[in-house]
Amino acid sequence: MAHFTKPAEGSWTELYPHLGTAPVSYQDSIDPEWFEDEREAVFKRSWLNLGRVEQLPRKGSYFTRELDAARTSLIIVRGADDEIRAFHNICRHRGNKLAWTDYPNEEDKGTCRQFACKYHGWRYDLEGELTFVQQEGEFFDLDKSDYGLVPVHLDVWEGFIFVNLADEPEQPLREFLGDLATGLDGYPFGEMTYCYEYVADVGANWKLFIDAFAEFYHAPILHMRQSVAEEASKLAGVGFEALHYEIYEPTAHSVVSSWGGMSPPADPSMVKPIENVLRSGLFGPWDKPEGIDLSTLPAGLNPAEHRAWGTDSFQVYPNMVILIWEPGWYLTYHYWPTAMNRHRFEARLYFAEPKNLAERISQELAAVTFKEFALQDGNTLEATQTMLESGVVREFPLCDQELLVRHLHHTVREQVNDYRAERDVAVAVGR
Amino acid sequence: MSLLPSDFADLEVFADWILPTEDERYAKRLGSTMAEMQSFYDTAFPRLEAIMAHAETVPIGDAAVVSDEDRNLAYLAFSLVTASFPVEAWKQPHVPDSGAAAFPLVSEPGF
Ligand code: FES
Ligand SMILES: [Fe+2]
Repeated sequence: MAHFTKPAEGSWTELYPHLGTAPVSYQDSIDPEWFEDEREAVFKRSWLNLGRVEQLPRKGSYFTRELDAARTSLIIVRGADDEIRAFHNICRHRGNKLAWTDYPNEEDKGTCRQFACKYHGWRYDLEGELTFVQQEGEFFDLDKSDYGLVPVHLDVWEGFIFVNLADEPEQPLREFLGDLATGLDGYPFGEMTYCYEYVADVGANWKLFIDAFAEFYHAPILHMRQSVAEEASKLAGVGFEALHYEIYEPTAHSVVSSWGGMSPPADPSMVKPIENVLRSGLFGPWDKPEGIDLSTLPAGLNPAEHRAWGTDSFQVYPNMVILIWEPGWYLTYHYWPTAMNRHRFEARLYFAEPKNLAERISQELAAVTFKEFALQDGNTLEATQTMLESGVVREFPLCDQELLVRHLHHTVREQVNDYRAERDVAVAVGR
Repeated sequence: MSLLPSDFADLEVFADWILPTEDERYAKRLGSTMAEMQSFYDTAFPRLEAIMAHAETVPIGDAAVVSDEDRNLAYLAFSLVTASFPVEAWKQPHVPDSGAAAFPLVSEPGF
């Protein structure tokens, strides 16, 4: 029995007829050649979020990102002119990696006045210009202005730093984000900067973890024992139905809107003892942060305008999620492939700065609860990956609550197939 | 020298749960028996309301200086949060079916 209204088409999935309702192939998660083409078709062509402006508080603040997915390393730096720029992390002299400390494959961050190469000492300013060449007179007609760092397209939306590795991005960031951005403009992301950051190395294709967080059909079952017994059996009996799904066409971004939150719960026996004392839980501290105006929310939040609204999970294609919780905080997920069957999963929980130690302890319960859930989610994936790789079963039926899973695989499949078609044409004309 | 604010001297027997990083707290949980966590919980949980009442009077943030005793009290409360999952939900130290999976908090906000 449906508890929430479905669209007139009969299902959420049928709102998007091009997706069909047939079982879906997971070949895209077990084929190494496919994965190589995803690097080109998806990761070298999409705008990718690398973090937030708060990570670069001062002129000269920088961090590096190892982007295995696109086989490069980037430097993101705030210049002397306060502009944030991105460069490939490579010295123009003979290709040494420019910014790193101790271990060349580990990410680096800090504040500096310039970047100096460890190999022969070439130096670059914060805007990427080559400023110093050791024994410059030994070179032949070397014009330093020809040897600046290789720039990468970078733009910022609501404090989120995005890069695009294409020579010329197919569209500007704002157009790429489309209605997702319009719907979230003005949310006080910049006032929620107290950040808990988790990282995991997961033995599964990057799309499988997105799948796991793009549907909550699994939640009443996989996470059953996180709830008190009576509540758990009720949740499993009812199952999960979202309040609303939306794909922001023509972009590939989407949202699933869900009920819940119980902040505070109608009946204290519904939640665990420690949640009652700390007034906090999976949905975060029950008391909204003081000093942040959440009285009017951007139009993209709670799209069904439901009174039981609890959370919206925005899927920023290809590999980011922004999840906003009704009680006034948000989290992000990033899924960075490192191999066909491995990825680095990053989660960052952003709260308002706590005013006293009690608020900090309440946040701790939210953060620890999040980790308990994620450990359950993550381990299931490794079990899924190994069985998918067995090839015993190749196609899988997806239900209406798995619309965004269907959509993700559809979008990636389309992009890789388009890329392959272009490449074949290029080969045929002998380019 | 006491480790905790004087009102919470009774909790000093659990000084080994005063751990400043999530890494240490999670390792301590995995390395403890259910009996050990149950006894920590049975003593500390009834004191949590008092801990929160006290913690509300401790400002944190830019200008605030948190005393070592208050800081330790917070770390003890964080450990209680961690131990509450085995005690209240799992009946075992680790998350069921989480196997060898690790999910460290690589950057913990300070106070
Ligand atoms: S490779 Fe950088 S100075 Fe030679
Ligand atoms: Fe989950």
